[in-house]
Parts: sequence; C-alpha cells; structure tokens
Amino acid sequence: MSAMRLAAALAACAGLAVLALLPVYVDAYYLALAIGLLQFTVLATAWGLFSGPTRYVSLATTAFFGVGAYTVAVLGELLPWPLVLLIATAIGAVMAVVVGLSTLRLSGLHFVIFTFGLAELIRQLVIWFEVNKSRVLGRYVFVDITQKDIYWQLLALAVAVFVIGWLIERSRLGFALRIIGEDETVAKHCGINVTVAKVTLFTISAVFMTLVGAIMAPRWTYIEPSIVFNATISFEVVIMALLGGAHRLWGPALGAIPLTLLFEFLAARFPTASTLIMGVIFLLIVYALPAGVVGLWDNFRRQWRPRRVEQEAKA
Amino acid sequence: MGSSVTRFAAGLLAVTGAALFAVDGPALAQSSVKIGYALSRTGPNAGGAAVTTLPNYEMWVKEVNAAGGLKLGDKRVPIEVVQYDDRSSAEEAARSLERLITQDKVDFILPPWGTGLNLAVGPILNKAGYPHLASTAVTDRAPELAKRWPNSFWLLGTSAGAANTLVDLLVKLRGEGKIGDTVAMVSVADGFGIDLSGAARPALAKANFKLAYDKTYPVGTQDLSPIVNEVKALNPDVFIAFSYPPDTLGITEQARIASFNPKIFYTGVGTAFPLFKQKFGANAQGVMGIGGWSGDSAPIKDYLARHKAAAANGAEPDRWASAVTYASLQMLQQAIERVGKIDREAVIKDLQTGTFDTIIGKVKFENNLPTKYWWVGQWQDGEFYGVGPATNEGARTPVVPKPAWKAP
Repeated sequence: MSAMRLAAALAACAGLAVLALLPVYVDAYYLALAIGLLQFTVLATAWGLFSGPTRYVSLATTAFFGVGAYTVAVLGELLPWPLVLLIATAIGAVMAVVVGLSTLRLSGLHFVIFTFGLAELIRQLVIWFEVNKSRVLGRYVFVDITQKDIYWQLLALAVAVFVIGWLIERSRLGFALRIIGEDETVAKHCGINVTVAKVTLFTISAVFMTLVGAIMAPRWTYIEPSIVFNATISFEVVIMALLGGAHRLWGPALGAIPLTLLFEFLAARFPTASTLIMGVIFLLIVYALPAGVVGLWDNFRRQWRPRRVEQEAKA
Repeated sequence: MGSSVTRFAAGLLAVTGAALFAVDGPALAQSSVKIGYALSRTGPNAGGAAVTTLPNYEMWVKEVNAAGGLKLGDKRVPIEVVQYDDRSSAEEAARSLERLITQDKVDFILPPWGTGLNLAVGPILNKAGYPHLASTAVTDRAPELAKRWPNSFWLLGTSAGAANTLVDLLVKLRGEGKIGDTVAMVSVADGFGIDLSGAARPALAKANFKLAYDKTYPVGTQDLSPIVNEVKALNPDVFIAFSYPPDTLGITEQARIASFNPKIFYTGVGTAFPLFKQKFGANAQGVMGIGGWSGDSAPIKDYLARHKAAAANGAEPDRWASAVTYASLQMLQQAIERVGKIDREAVIKDLQTGTFDTIIGKVKFENNLPTKYWWVGQWQDGEFYGVGPATNEGARTPVVPKPAWKAP
C-alpha cells in the first residue's frame, strides 16, 4: 500500500512538472484553454471544499471572484503584485467571515437564495461606491503580467487548494464538517462548535475564489461590475462540482475539466446554438448523473470491494 | 444504467477531444481571404451587436463577394467568414479571438461590439499583429490606448469629447439668446452615464451654467416618472439625460406624458436608433441625442438604402456607430487592396498614414484617432442629423426651442 502511495506521489510530481512546462510548448490558444481549465478547477474545488462536506449549496462564487478582480483593478497599478494578491486575500477573508457569521445559521434553500443575493449586493455596493465616490465605472488594468504568468499562478493556486483540501480532510475540522453535513444537531450534541467550523471552511474556500478573480483580472484589461460579478460563473461552478461529485476533494475537478472542454467545443463548433445545447446538457447531467462522476467511481469500487478485502486480509 | 451513462460520458469526452485536437487542413494557395469575428449573439450585449455591428459586417462581406472579392494585386479573392459567439463575456471574447488567430488562422479580424470587449481583446490583437478598428468603443483612454497598441484605431472617440461638444453647443445657443442657463442632468449609473456626466459637470460649471439637478439612477430602472416630475418642477431650459436605450425611451415617454418640454431635450444611447423614430413618430421632432450623421450627404443616403435592402426585414441602421462601423470596413478594405497582399504589418501602416474615402467622408487618422466625430444629433423631419460640432461639414442648424409634444 505504501509503495502505491509513493508511486502516486511520484506520478503527481511528474504530472505537475509537465503542467508547469506546458506554456513553453503550446501556442496562445491552448494556453488560454489551459488557463480556463485551471480557473474552473480551482473554483470548483474551492466550492467543493465548503459545500461538499456541509452540503450548503453556495451561489456566492462570483461575489468573491469579483471582489478579487476589483482589488486588482483598484490597486494593480499602485502596488507591487504580491502585495496586491495579499490584500485581495485579506479582503476576501474578512468578507467571508462577516458573511459567514451572519448567514451560516441559515440552511437549505434560504442559504442558497442568500448567497445568490450576496453577489448582487456586493455588485450594487461597488457600483454605488464608484458612482458616488470615485466617479469612475469601468477600470483599466494595465499591469505587467503575461498569460504565462497567469497560468503559473493558477497552477500554484490549484496545487495549494488540493494540498489544503487534503490536510483539512485529515484534520479534526474535516471530521467535524462531515458530521455537520450528516446531521447538524448531532454535531452540536457532540460538542462541536458548529459556527466556528463552518465559518472557517467558508473563509478558506472564499479566499481561493477571491484569488482566482485577482489572478484572472489582468487578462481582460478592462473591468466593470457586469464583467466580474457575472452570475453565470456561480452557476457554472455548481454544475461542474455536481457533475464531478462534491463529496470528494478531487470530484469537482472531474466535472470542471470535461465541462470546460465541452463549452469550448460547443463555442467553436456551434457558435450560434452553443448556449442552447449547454442548457440541454445541464439537464442531462442532473438527470443522468445525480451523484456525479465520483458516484460512478464509487459504484465501480463497491463492486470490486469484496475481492480487495480478501486480498488485504491475506496480506 | 451505470454502464450506459459511463459510455455516454466517455462518448462526450471522446467527441470533445477529437474536435479540439483536430488538425487544420493543408495550407492552400490564397484562394480566399479568411475574416473572423466574435460577436455577442447572446447575453446583455446582443441587442447592440444585432443593431450596429452584425448587419454591417454581413452587408460588407456580401457586397465585396458580389464584386468578386477583395482585390489582391491583379486578381479578386473572395472573403470567407469564421464567426463565434462571445456570449457577452470578456473571457469568451478573448478565447474566441485566440482561437481565430491560432486555430482558424484567419487573415483579418473584425472587432467585437462595445467598449468592454474591445478593451478585452486589445492586447491579443496587438500581440498577434492584427489591425484593430474599434468602431463601437467610447473610452477616455483612447489616445493612450492608441499609443500603447499602435495597431488599434479608436473611431468613436472619448466621452469627454461627447460631453464637451454638447456644452459647446449650449454655450453657442445661449450666446444667440435661444436658451437660458438652467440645466438639469440625469445619468445612468453605469460606465456610459458616469463617464459623460463626469466630463459634463466641470464643463458646465466652467461655462457658468446653473446645474439645478444632478442625479443618477440604477441600470434597469423601470419607473422614471419621479425623476421626470422632479426635473419638471425645476423648469430648466436644458434637460440632459446620459441614458441607455431602455431609459432613453422611458424618459422621453414620461416627458411627453408629463408635458415636460424644455427648450433643449437631450437623451443618450438609443436616441439615434431607428426604434426611437418608430416609437415616437412626429414627437421625435427636436429631440437631441448622442451621435448623428450627415443625413443630407449622398453616400449616407445611398448607405441607408443599401442597408435597408440588405438587412433582414428591412431594418435601418442606427445614426451613430453603424455608419462608422461600415466606414471602418471600407478603410480596412482600401488598406488591404492598396497593400495588395495579406501583409498585416503593411496594412496597419497604411491605416496609420493613408487617407480613406468612406461613407462618412474622407478619413485620415492622426495618432490612430479620427479628427472629427459627430457628437450631438437631432431629429428633424424624420431624420437624425448631426448638429454638433457645428464646424463639421454637413452640420445642420439645431431646431431650438424644441416644439411642443403632440398627442400621439
């Protein structure tokens, strides 16, 4: 078993090295596609970090994504890049704590609706501020960051989200969250501080989303609320995570990658009907794969489990 | 169930993969000129793109191909179009253009619709060395962008230009004793309204106009009657609304209902749309707005007739960016034909230095910007004529005061 682990770790390192060298070998189009893949992998995985174990469906992805992008739009030309990212992290974290403390007492549909409203609330606040205080709407991002830099930063972020997700799963926090997801009342009776656990994880998840927004912002040159607070992003991330299966760390990535490729394929081959076909595919996913790709995998494993148990017993 | 779903998913993946990594066909001799564009066919930008951009692109391609194609040296080569939907998203627009450049290997690219998307694709077109004739972007950074990206041309100019021209016109009319100096201004709380009101505010103050009312309203405001009624109570000489199409129609309708009839009634984007004339008929008379064109000139009349004949259900072009968009295509065509081959660098050079004969008159860029624009137009007898800057060739004398609203 430990030999297998070692092999898996080595394979992961090799894979990572290949991914890191990718921008050197591919043209601008495949680089853009890779950026899209990484963007949604990080967003969907970060979404799954919180929503997987707790089963709270959040539509706030674009709120954090937009705040990250706006941080860059405001500070990008004034401060050095690492500092800008650090500030984006701080803003995302503070916002998530405030939002978390005030809303994670809600559950079920109420929470879904609140998170959807949150994105709109933040968007309106930004517009109000820009209209009445700064008197500019639509900001320009001229920073010295190439597409390759964006790719590498997203890759680093993807590694970070998986490592942190892996650590959380193995921590007391991860265990507590799984109990909360099963039954919140039971969790409380076990002495788990439900609020602290949920807010902590919500914050970690939100920081990743904020950073994705910040890293992606230089790609568009021009930022306005309707571009970065785009509700479609929230919905796409949920669909991706559900397709993959949100109850495992690597599940959302299994949804994000095929769906990003599929969107790209549809946009390229059916330019006038892509939105329509996408809608049909979303319906098919929810109907045909209620437990996601991970669900298929788990079924597959369950069929093989007896034999493995036997083998392990012998060993 | 499980296995059939697995097969379905695998099939989808396989199709996706195969299509994505499909290799381009073998390189052929120049039998066609490939022109690509990504426009917003869906999403919030779809309306603007459908009125201003798409009909002109389609009409131009049809006309060029009907004439045998673009003239490269001594032969004519037909245009082949590759097009995508950017779904009104900056990321999708960027990716579509990268696809056009590296996958479809198009010879030239026509720009997307709107300020945001033109800025999003600016760096990509610059890096790949494609000419970028932005004909639907209004940005105060146009001079700076033209310097940063020497391949880019900003045909609609700056919002400061729009606001200052309007104020200049007001100063002139006040000098002629046609209006007093009370101004009421409202603006939509979005890029356009903020930029224009931001430029108009100091310009009005500098010209000693009294700004009696200065408020913004959120995008998508349905009920505009409170604003119109508040403004009416102040009885200003000049009413300025830096508005978007739905509010332009709403404000005008409310003003008519409330019989609010200032000497100058100016509304923003949408005033120049054919829809405005359809909706208000004779009541459009005297309404001013952003844009305008030389409605008396023969090439514009000819363009209007051709557009009506070419567009689906005889749609008319708008009286602002439509003609500029078509003119930008004429410039591109003339530059390509003067160079005589697909040499993008030479085409950019020709665009920077050459003079072009277009439906909006002779155009020569200075620092990649045109030297004249139409900023203020007015509906006069069923046509939206340019009235400002008054120095432009073909500028009409504005009808002031605006005639009273009639019952519809």
